[in-house]
Amino acid sequence: MDKKIKMRAEGVNFFYGRTQALKNVDILIHANQVTALIGPSGCGKSTFIRLFNRMNELVPDTSLSGNIYLDDLEINSAQIDPVEIRKRVGMVFQKPNPFPKSIFDNISYGLRVNGVRDANSIEERVEASLKKAAIWDEVKNRLNDSALKLSGGQQQRLCIARCLAVDTEVILFDEPCASLDPISTAKIEELILELKKDYTIVIVTHNMQQAARVSDYTGFFLLGELIEFGKTQDIFTAPQDKRTEAYITGRFG
Amino acid sequence: MKEKLYKLIFMVLAFASLIFLLGIVFILFKESLPIFSKVNIGKFIFGRFWYPTYSPPEFGILPLILASAWVTFGAILVCVPLGVGSALYLNELAGPRQRAILKPLVELLASVPSVVFGFFGMVIVTPFLQKIFNLPTGLTAFNASLVLGVMATPTVCSIAEDALNYVPKSFREASFALGADRWQTLIQVVIPAAGSGISTAIILGMSRAIGETMTVLMVAGGAAVIPHTFLEPVRPMTAAIAAEMGEAPVGSSHYHALFAIALILFLVTFIFNIIAEIVSRRFRIKLGLSG
Ligand SMILES: Nc1ncnc2c1ncn2[C@@H]1O[C@H](COP(=O)(O)OP(=O)(O)OP(=O)(O)O)[C@@H](O)[C@H]1O
Ligand SMILES: [Mg+2]
Repeated sequence: MDKKIKMRAEGVNFFYGRTQALKNVDILIHANQVTALIGPSGCGKSTFIRLFNRMNELVPDTSLSGNIYLDDLEINSAQIDPVEIRKRVGMVFQKPNPFPKSIFDNISYGLRVNGVRDANSIEERVEASLKKAAIWDEVKNRLNDSALKLSGGQQQRLCIARCLAVDTEVILFDEPCASLDPISTAKIEELILELKKDYTIVIVTHNMQQAARVSDYTGFFLLGELIEFGKTQDIFTAPQDKRTEAYITGRFG
Repeated sequence: MKEKLYKLIFMVLAFASLIFLLGIVFILFKESLPIFSKVNIGKFIFGRFWYPTYSPPEFGILPLILASAWVTFGAILVCVPLGVGSALYLNELAGPRQRAILKPLVELLASVPSVVFGFFGMVIVTPFLQKIFNLPTGLTAFNASLVLGVMATPTVCSIAEDALNYVPKSFREASFALGADRWQTLIQVVIPAAGSGISTAIILGMSRAIGETMTVLMVAGGAAVIPHTFLEPVRPMTAAIAAEMGEAPVGSSHYHALFAIALILFLVTFIFNIIAEIVSRRFRIKLGLSG
């Protein structure tokens, strides 16, 4: 591989209680590329993507083996604070989840917990991230309104802006368009392509066309295993595994 | 036909409590109005002397109102930190197993009869207070505040914990995903989101403390005098009604005055409960839970 590797999973197994949700997964996440994770419902995509920012620790009674690296840092080693990892690896969730605060505060909150104190620079960065997330024009006159008054698509773009504001290196998207209409979806896809310049992106999606449109690499999961991983083009035109082929041509799942 | 009958039966049952409420209000008004032909309402509420059995009697309930206010305020100082603190512990720090044991235990505390709390206050708190503050009697506003505060704690804890629980997991996840730590998430996301739910808990705890009778009858000391410190015996409104109703001749001014106190108590708790209801409804709307 010629490109730089931003994140890497090696021999990852994950359990909810005694149920194994991931089996021996290895993957390379290329820097400044979009990596799509696809697969039928319940195959472990969300579980997997949430390992990259140590989100699964919030779920009680789980266990993990194997290694996950951010650059050359093993993110699960004992001396690493998950908070530090999450400052570098952001996440946008399937369901838009703005805080019950104003639009402005939704974004300034992330800045403040990341140590930005100066009111002017907070204001600037709120504006910049709203612009980056292509929602500035829709909200610039109502920054003090509750974020919960926005439409679903606007809320999701606000959540993206919130994530952009804190200057992460990687952004994880877990089905960011699942609850959105086609226009909002198109906006977010456009945005993802735009963000690739500055960020490394991992996106879970159920939508084959979306994976084909936005991603450079694709991984296909089935029952907790990563069945096939490679350049999106190759996966979609010449899958090596029968199961991958069956899935992307819509013959099951 | 049969269906109509069932519908009727359930409707009657459903309206029964409304009818009881209206009946109580009606009787409270009817039995308390006569006193106001003898004492004007301002003098009744702000009068400094409660000598209902002297001749001529004095019907000023300010000492009783202040006693209720002091005792309730003191109880708040006890039950808010205890109740909200334990709710935060249960919700944020205790693991699911610990929580599964502790929460029912806290709620069990709410089912201890108030006379047991009163008894506890009399035999344990009273001598203790008397000793450390060197008082003539340990039966004081302070004592009543402590015991009432402990009594109201389960109410506050349980409702506050529910409020914290209602805060969607997605808010916490969003906060953690931004690189916030547990403390920041709690203080800046979870507590503000649960804020009006927690206020509801506090208001209901207050209304529990204000309306409590048996305990204050047993430990507040019973002196119908305007209190100057927490370490004096007092007679809250509920205690006055319970202690005096038996000896007030039916139809006497004293009798009507006690009803008037009950009416005021009723209105105060009624207002508290309405405020609690409004606040909690706003909370649900704020979290997008429903109207
Ligand atoms: N909190 C949890 N506790 C126990 N089991 C869980 C939990 N979350 C997920 N699982 C299980 O782990 C497996 C993988 O779930 P996961 O959510 O990762 O799938 P997914 O590929 O994201 O599915 P979807 O496409 O429906 O979002 C499923 O069998 C699921 O039931
Ligand atoms: Mg999922």
